[in-house]
Amino acid sequence: MARAGWKFNPYHHRIPEALERARHPVPPADTEWPVWEVFRQPERGEPHVHVGSVHAPDAQMALVLAKEQFSRREPCVQLWVVRAEAIFATPYEDADIFEPALDRTYRLAAGYKVRPRINQAASSSEEPSS
Amino acid sequence: MMPESLRQALCSALISWADDELLLGHRDSEWTGLGPIIEADIALSSMAQDEMGHALAWYELAHSLGAPDPDRLVFERGPEAYRNATLLELPRGDWAFCLLRHYLFDMAEWVRLEAWRQIPWEPWSDLAERITREEKYHLLHDRTWLERLAFGTEESRHRLQGALIDLWPHALGLWEAPEGEDLLVQAGWITGSDQLQARWEAEVRAYLGGLGLQIPDVPPRAGGRYGRHTEHLAPLLEAMQLVYRSIPGAKW
Repeated sequence: MARAGWKFNPYHHRIPEALERARHPVPPADTEWPVWEVFRQPERGEPHVHVGSVHAPDAQMALVLAKEQFSRREPCVQLWVVRAEAIFATPYEDADIFEPALDRTYRLAAGYKVRPRINQAASSSEEPSS
Repeated sequence: MMPESLRQALCSALISWADDELLLGHRDSEWTGLGPIIEADIALSSMAQDEMGHALAWYELAHSLGAPDPDRLVFERGPEAYRNATLLELPRGDWAFCLLRHYLFDMAEWVRLEAWRQIPWEPWSDLAERITREEKYHLLHDRTWLERLAFGTEESRHRLQGALIDLWPHALGLWEAPEGEDLLVQAGWITGSDQLQARWEAEVRAYLGGLGLQIPDVPPRAGGRYGRHTEHLAPLLEAMQLVYRSIPGAKW
């Protein structure tokens, strides 16, 4: 039932084939797939963290491909994919808007001395209840 | 103590299936570096590792029943001693061929694992349980691609239909009963290949029909489970066993 004019590619043709492709690069297709940004959630309740991007023609393929790119080694309970073009960003040239002009250290929580009280609460809860 | 005939039949069933997984893993790995886009290349390479991992697990289970160790099974047997269905030894073909073969095999694995989870021997049923988790993704991956190829362009559809014509008789060969299977069925260990085939065919025919593909009416290409292979297996084994055979018995 094999089709006429159709041949299998045996294994040992791999390297020459790859070299041949490198010698005659195919021009970029006008059908290049859009980019999807990938967000991985390590466990339920945790934030989804940006881990990279994939090319894919649609959302389902993006999720299928993202699974093998970004969750092989790290824990994951859920992936999000978002079209890169749906993300809006501030320009780096305006990064100075994030620099405080005056002393704003009162906005930082570092001034609150809570660690001793947390430690105290933790050690008291560890004591066996009688 | 297990009767010798039963022990041999169990090993034969395990090794047949492990051979299928090993060769599919090998054919998948031939796409490494050549996949259509890097994301697809990485995903398939990862699945190659999965399949080889499944093979190793089944070989080890057979080894625990007295079969030779996995390295010897993989690297020291010639084509006539391999028990895989011919579906898995066919060269890698094009992307449609690769994905369709994967689907036909993964669906068979799914049906088989469903039955194997009921086997009254924990090491076997546990393994079936764990491997099922990976197969869930494999099937999602295969179907995602097949649906896009089937409804993509005229060329993708044509290639997919062509692949189905080439693959179908070999896919039916997946269900050739391995040596001694009747003994295992009688002993209540496993479900017979004929029953599993009926479940698989119902699923696969409905799905491929839904993609608008025509399934050819041809007899199975059997014989693989008894060492009668196509001309494609010997070169594959030659490549796979080259390093091992260069210094037999070496510890790496």
